[in-house]
Amino acid sequence: MMTDNHIISIIVEHKPGVLYEVSNMFRRRNFNIESITVGSIGKEGLARMTITVRGDEDTVEQVTKQLHKLVDVVKVAKLDPERSVVREMALVKVHVANSNVRSDVIQYANIFRGNVIDVSPDSLMIEITGDSEKINAFIQLIQAFGIKEIARTGITALQRGGKAFRA
Amino acid sequence: MVKLTGAQAIVEALKKEKTKYVFGIPGGSTLPIYDVFYDSDIRIILARHEQCAAHMADGFARASGVPGVCMATSGPGATNFVTGIATAYMDSSPVVAFTGQVSRKVIGKDAFQEADVIGITTPITKHHFQLKNALEIPKTIWMAFKIASTGRPGPVLVDMPKDVQLESGDMEFPEKVEIRGYSPNYDPHPVQVKRAVKLLMNAERPLIIAGGGVIISGASAELIKLAELLLAPIAITLMGKGCMPEDHPLFLGMTGMHGTPDSNKLVNEADVILAVGTRFSDRTTCKLECFCPEAEIIHVDIDAAEVGKNVKVSLPIIADAKIALQQMYNGLLKKSKKKKSPWFKRTKELTEYIESQKYNDDGYINPIKLMSQLRKTLSLNAIITTDVGLNQMLAALYFKVLKPRTFISSGGLGTMGFGFPAAIGAKVARPDVPVIAIAGDGSFLMTAQDLACSTTENIPVIVLVLDNKMLGMVAQWQRLFYNRRYSSTELKGVPDFVKLSEAFGAEGVRLESIKDLPIIMKRAVKSDVTTVIDVPVSPEANVFPMVPAGAGLNDIMWGEG
Repeated sequence: MMTDNHIISIIVEHKPGVLYEVSNMFRRRNFNIESITVGSIGKEGLARMTITVRGDEDTVEQVTKQLHKLVDVVKVAKLDPERSVVREMALVKVHVANSNVRSDVIQYANIFRGNVIDVSPDSLMIEITGDSEKINAFIQLIQAFGIKEIARTGITALQRGGKAFRA
Repeated sequence: MVKLTGAQAIVEALKKEKTKYVFGIPGGSTLPIYDVFYDSDIRIILARHEQCAAHMADGFARASGVPGVCMATSGPGATNFVTGIATAYMDSSPVVAFTGQVSRKVIGKDAFQEADVIGITTPITKHHFQLKNALEIPKTIWMAFKIASTGRPGPVLVDMPKDVQLESGDMEFPEKVEIRGYSPNYDPHPVQVKRAVKLLMNAERPLIIAGGGVIISGASAELIKLAELLLAPIAITLMGKGCMPEDHPLFLGMTGMHGTPDSNKLVNEADVILAVGTRFSDRTTCKLECFCPEAEIIHVDIDAAEVGKNVKVSLPIIADAKIALQQMYNGLLKKSKKKKSPWFKRTKELTEYIESQKYNDDGYINPIKLMSQLRKTLSLNAIITTDVGLNQMLAALYFKVLKPRTFISSGGLGTMGFGFPAAIGAKVARPDVPVIAIAGDGSFLMTAQDLACSTTENIPVIVLVLDNKMLGMVAQWQRLFYNRRYSSTELKGVPDFVKLSEAFGAEGVRLESIKDLPIIMKRAVKSDVTTVIDVPVSPEANVFPMVPAGAGLNDIMWGEG
């Protein structure tokens, strides 16, 4: 069976302890979370968690069923990557030894539609958004300059089209 | 609207849930509630260990189908609950467990007797609540009972900070609360039912595996009707014991590690298996790769997550067992008459094995004989609870159960010490019938202190201690697979259970000969106090048949060597 990354989007009660409940279930059932992002969806005390899971189809099937069993989980959807928008943001702090490097980094950032959001005499901070592969590619490209720090948000995603979750 | 303190609101909400009994032990953080209990009509049963209180609530729930309620104080009281809650969770038993908690302002500060009971019990509860303020008590307790007792039942924990119990407010008790993340599905999908009917119709060798779900959903009559129509033999799991009378001609016995040969053999030969209310535990399937590789499996379960968890199935039906079985029966009735198949012929190995057992008087009681004799002394409604190990498997194999909810055992977690407190709980639920705990000498000592509860609370049960002076099941494995190296399994005959029982004000008697059983049981059933019957069993006693760990269902062992 193919082991792959799968994206599961769940709507949960936005209250203390729910993240623990969800992550606890993953640990207890021996599933792995590749990444998880959480944020309010702005209505009726609900939040969305976008969870990336590595595993074969059967595992992902089990994950969705076990998630569904949690009382504080209101809705579970497995996102089809072909029909979803998948985004991740990264903040990358790059070492810039001289002005040549500085302009190279800025050029690369522009090509990747990134933004320079912080400047110091020997560093630049780039904000870049896209799917994980795009961010990986950018990081690889500027690695040669010397990366000081990276912060990645993990994946968040939504299904394309007009349909929406209703509470 | 009525002005109440949190503690009063909790007791009021319990009454609204028709709670008549609470098993527990008070403590610092439940003082306000226990003070309200002092004047209430709810009977508060004082256990002597919180684990026992939880097992009592569990036994009560399993005997009656009504949620059992237990209460412990914060910290150690709550952590003592853990084994009891985990036991109920593994066997899908509706228990509502209340724990005291330190006051809100000191939560997280490592206050005296603080334990993060929500954190500890999250993986072993169906759901949990911590009261944030007094006003949410009526709604929360309604939800706790609803969640515990519907769908696939399970334990729900309610954590109650002490200051919330003391806080007053205008309370409103709702008739119904919307739980947006919870809606168990009872009705099967009609298409799936149709497919199942077709599979069963065309089956040459249909077989039913019935699990605990059949008992929980009260589907015994539907199960038997369907089996008779199909002429499909029925194998049960340990949790399914009681789902049908064991003298029924289609009854094959338990399947799995200690399954009967009939059962294990036919499960592997069936071409269509209808599995109802079972989660295909490793003790049922044994080696998964060898578990009926040829059969099409129809899996009926109310919990969708059980489908495909352990065994791949051809046809899942997510529904209540009773409704699903009835609909399949209706579907089959409409079809043409079922042909009889030679499948129905059964092997008789087990019966022969039982008969081949010699009951010689070597100073020990033969436990197999004991089980069949015990059955004869008891009414059909008598409830049996068991501990875990040799005693449990002997009872499962050789004590014939005839009615649902009259066999109560810790199947999933395998909790030693479960039988006796569960018997107390069952007796509270069914004071009209005798309740007998079949215990082991190792198991019984783990919860024997609650003899004090049974004698002082006037809840008389009968405990049959199979006293082989060994941790029998572990010793059996050491005998079979570890060259008889009895590492830490010899209990050396301590304590004297007769004297121990007398010290608690219970009756203690030793069964010297199997012939004395009827008279001792007769007296015990009528007694006003708990009777502990010490049954000397050979330290060499084993339970067979058995499938060794890692082997397939067909690799049955009948003895040593």
